[in-house]
Amino acid sequence: MSSSTAAPAGATTGAEFAEITRSDSSLRRFLHGLPGVDQVGAEARAATLGTRSIKTTAKQSAIDLAIRMVDLTTLEGQDTHGKVRALAAKAMRPDPADQTCPAAAAVCVYPDMVATAKEVLGDSGVNVAAVATAFPSGRAALDIKLADTRDAVEAGADEIDMVIDRGAFLSGRYLQVFEEIVAVREACGSAHLKVIFETGELQTYDNVRRASWLAMMAGGHFIKTSTGKVQPAATLPVTQVMLEAVRDFREATGQMIGVKPAGGIRTSKDAIKYLVMVNEVAGPDWLDPDWFRFGASTLLNDLLMQRTKMKTGRYSGPDYFTLD
Amino acid sequence: MSRVDVRKTYKLFIGGGFPRSESGHSYAVTDSKGKFVANAALASRKDARDAVQAARKAFGGWSSRTAYNRAQILYRVAEVMEDRRPQFVDAVRQSEGLAAARAEKVVDESIDRLVWYAGWADKITQVVGNANPVAGPYFNRSTPEPTGVVAVLAPPESSLLGLVSTIAPVVVTGNTVVVVSSYDRPLPAVTFSEVLATSDVPGGVVNILTGAAATVAPWLAAHMDVNAIDLTGVAGDADLARNLEIAAAENLKRVRRAPATEPDWTQDPGIDAMTTFLETKTVWHPIGV
Amino acid sequence: MKLEYAPAPESRSIVDIKPSYGLFIGGEFVDGHGKAFKTISPATEEVLSEVADADEADVDAAVKAARRAYTRTWSKMPGRERAKYLYRIARIIQERSRELAVLESLDNGKPIKESRDVDVPIVAAHFFYYAGWADKLEYAGYGTQPLGVAGQVIPWNFPLLMLAWKIAPALACGNTVVLKPAETTPLTALLFAEICQQADLPPGVVNIVTGAGETGRALVAHEDVDKVAFTGSTDVGRAIAKVVAGSDKKVTLELGGKAANIVFDDAPIDQAVEGIVNGIFFNQGHVCCAGSRLLVQESIAEELLGRLKRRMSTLRVGDPLDKNTDVGAINSAEQLARIRELSDIGEAEGAGRWSPECELPQHGFWFPPTLFTGVSQAHRIAREEIFGPVLSVLTFRTPAEAIEKANNTPFGLSAGVWTDKGSLILHMANHLRAGVVWANTFNKFDPTSPFGGYKESGYGREGGRHGLEAYLR
Repeated sequence: MSSSTAAPAGATTGAEFAEITRSDSSLRRFLHGLPGVDQVGAEARAATLGTRSIKTTAKQSAIDLAIRMVDLTTLEGQDTHGKVRALAAKAMRPDPADQTCPAAAAVCVYPDMVATAKEVLGDSGVNVAAVATAFPSGRAALDIKLADTRDAVEAGADEIDMVIDRGAFLSGRYLQVFEEIVAVREACGSAHLKVIFETGELQTYDNVRRASWLAMMAGGHFIKTSTGKVQPAATLPVTQVMLEAVRDFREATGQMIGVKPAGGIRTSKDAIKYLVMVNEVAGPDWLDPDWFRFGASTLLNDLLMQRTKMKTGRYSGPDYFTLD
Repeated sequence: MSRVDVRKTYKLFIGGGFPRSESGHSYAVTDSKGKFVANAALASRKDARDAVQAARKAFGGWSSRTAYNRAQILYRVAEVMEDRRPQFVDAVRQSEGLAAARAEKVVDESIDRLVWYAGWADKITQVVGNANPVAGPYFNRSTPEPTGVVAVLAPPESSLLGLVSTIAPVVVTGNTVVVVSSYDRPLPAVTFSEVLATSDVPGGVVNILTGAAATVAPWLAAHMDVNAIDLTGVAGDADLARNLEIAAAENLKRVRRAPATEPDWTQDPGIDAMTTFLETKTVWHPIGV
Repeated sequence: MKLEYAPAPESRSIVDIKPSYGLFIGGEFVDGHGKAFKTISPATEEVLSEVADADEADVDAAVKAARRAYTRTWSKMPGRERAKYLYRIARIIQERSRELAVLESLDNGKPIKESRDVDVPIVAAHFFYYAGWADKLEYAGYGTQPLGVAGQVIPWNFPLLMLAWKIAPALACGNTVVLKPAETTPLTALLFAEICQQADLPPGVVNIVTGAGETGRALVAHEDVDKVAFTGSTDVGRAIAKVVAGSDKKVTLELGGKAANIVFDDAPIDQAVEGIVNGIFFNQGHVCCAGSRLLVQESIAEELLGRLKRRMSTLRVGDPLDKNTDVGAINSAEQLARIRELSDIGEAEGAGRWSPECELPQHGFWFPPTLFTGVSQAHRIAREEIFGPVLSVLTFRTPAEAIEKANNTPFGLSAGVWTDKGSLILHMANHLRAGVVWANTFNKFDPTSPFGGYKESGYGREGGRHGLEAYLR
């Protein structure tokens, strides 16, 4: 799997939406004219989808798919080259005891760790995603955010996970948010761009729907829920709203955009709920690492434990899996 | 050679836990015949302060639970009390000097009183709330909401039935409570707090301070983060009651005044023990296309 | 990649269905003297059990047992003691909830997901709620005296829930009851009888007489029944109203419906689609308050229909005991025939028929979720209650037109309104002649919330403080 084979998005979007993004007021009119999201109804649907029961062979293939969708992440102040090397090795070979276990989709690190990760991963097919644009707060001047992006790209990042300016968004400066995403997209070159909303700060589903459309029109390849640094991070209903947005966007433009929930997804059970949601809300076309990712760290080990249990019939324990 | 029993320590109940008083003080509690039973914690003003904090912290969660959920929790408290009926009968006998048959009646009443209040959780709104037919194209409704953190001075003599009858009406509607138990008869209140701790009642919803109302109540009455106060516990001490009411006026607390004498707790309580601690919210919304 | 959901069956082993059941009279199971009949699983057509049929003498014995219990025990018992029996029953229902849910799905055909997550929890809540009224009747505003013996006849669509709606308020107010469950769904009522025994409910307070139409007729007409409560078809309701005419019997009726689910162009559209789907496909559409007429504002009709069809394609029709099933079996061969007949009429009258592709099982009674477009008020499928997973789609232009179309029916049970505008919701609610209006939601039930119809959907309310009125004087 490689993200460079994914269908490109963005080049045509700018032209299609030129009218809408001509001014702040026309962008606002468009975004505020999108259908509202009723909180109670949306959460009820997410809860119902969460009762789907996936068993036996279906569960096995779901677990393998989930593993292949993991962006194995370390974003700590205390990250070292050693830590990143170990993480990258794990992403390539998650289960040392089982060669049949698929590799993760990518590792996700800070820009100054990209080169190290790239060294280990080489052409294994596991991508390097870098957070950029003054992650996680996004509070820096635009040129600094762009420099941050270029630095990561030059170091070899295949994917860039940027953060939007939530202050600008919440004060209604939509066009500014839009233009920043466009600029970052340009700085990405051929790297794929994920746009992080920090849904915990946006707070309402209406805002999440608006941010989704804004990011898609601006050329993001993926829309992403959270940095993982703010609670709440990813939730099922928020992801549902984003899946509805990408579904509607394809309906309107023919283009597919990916979705990445990040933070707070710890168990295989959670991951499978997300896959069910992708399946029933956006559709099976999105059930692929090119179009759906999990931003996670501890999730991977739980997936491996479940995978092992399904193969051997025994519950496993942490001694049998690497910590990184 | 008869067996030496392991005697219980009687501590405060704050935030779901059982701390000793931060002052380190305790006082000797005797039974109805004057015989020493135990040293109970003597609550200080700092304990009261901590209890108010715990109650405030618990208020958001407790008041936003569904009424059905609160009803089920209070009913569960009754279930656990029923299960411990012999223990409560002994506690009441010891504190109040009642004969066995009377003590059993008191305990039965207390459990039934709790069940009665549990059933009010999802009905009080239907009895005191309503839509209002205003003279204009507006939807208009008035409904009760809990006032917040309530201080309750528990009755001096009725150590269980009176206790339950002053706590349950406050919390069933979503308030949280800081209780000062009867000074002379605190032990059933401590046993009751143990039941609360094991009945799915979230920590901080009910906090029970053993000690002297005369010492602790003024601090609660003056506390700016307490929304209401029930002065039943100082029934008969008109001067103290009046001073507490004056202190409470600083932040316009809702006050339930002390009666002249302690009421007969076996009588039908009516609904004012609940409504005193409820606000009424009226909402308007236009009707039109 | 395609995500398959392997079969995820809920185990049947938790239920212990006896080969046959008697009538529950005076606290015991006794033989019936009518012709015993079989109850089957509508999903597989297998026979589940043989059930007694109560003839007129049996009904009389049941009413006598109820009267005895009323006079000697129940009407004399203080409310706080009656309350505690009802609380016990609520708790036992919670304890045996999985068993009840599985049994309900087996006997009725509804998905386990619904019986487990909706029916049984609300049943427990209903008993819990009304338990709390038993000792507070003086605050309800309706008088504090019970009526006596209530004769109650319930339908097959929500067997245990309808039982709870009838028995809980009746008992809370001090009445005793004789209840007849529907002939195709007797089993959870019989399990409920066991629960009454476990709760040590005094004998005769609750009596269950199984049987068909004749049993119901005998019960409703019995001289010594003070109160009649019926939920079922408008035709039978009409007949009952005639039977009790001139007598002292109080009566409440909860009958059919043909609810309009009205979607405005500013509706939260994804939630509206969910509400439409829930409104007509929940419980296979066997719901008196089902949103069986979609009234969609013309400007968004095409878009809405596209989303609706796409959403309907994810509905899973199949084994009611499979936890992933969304739409279960039709309750009986008769009901299936009626649904088919009306659907064929819909096509014949020129409406456009559409169903998603569904693989339906070989045995059992099945009907795919279906919608008809281009429907007008004059079509039979827009006027007659189909009581199945069939949605008729009509359009409107203005709020006034929506109101006119919604009200243009002899029924008046419920309605749905979807819009982001608060004042419009309240305006529509004021003008819709329906006992229940759901705004930006649908099919929501709660023990505190009164439910019942206008016009030919019946009279009286069940649930809430208002639900006490029918059982007091």
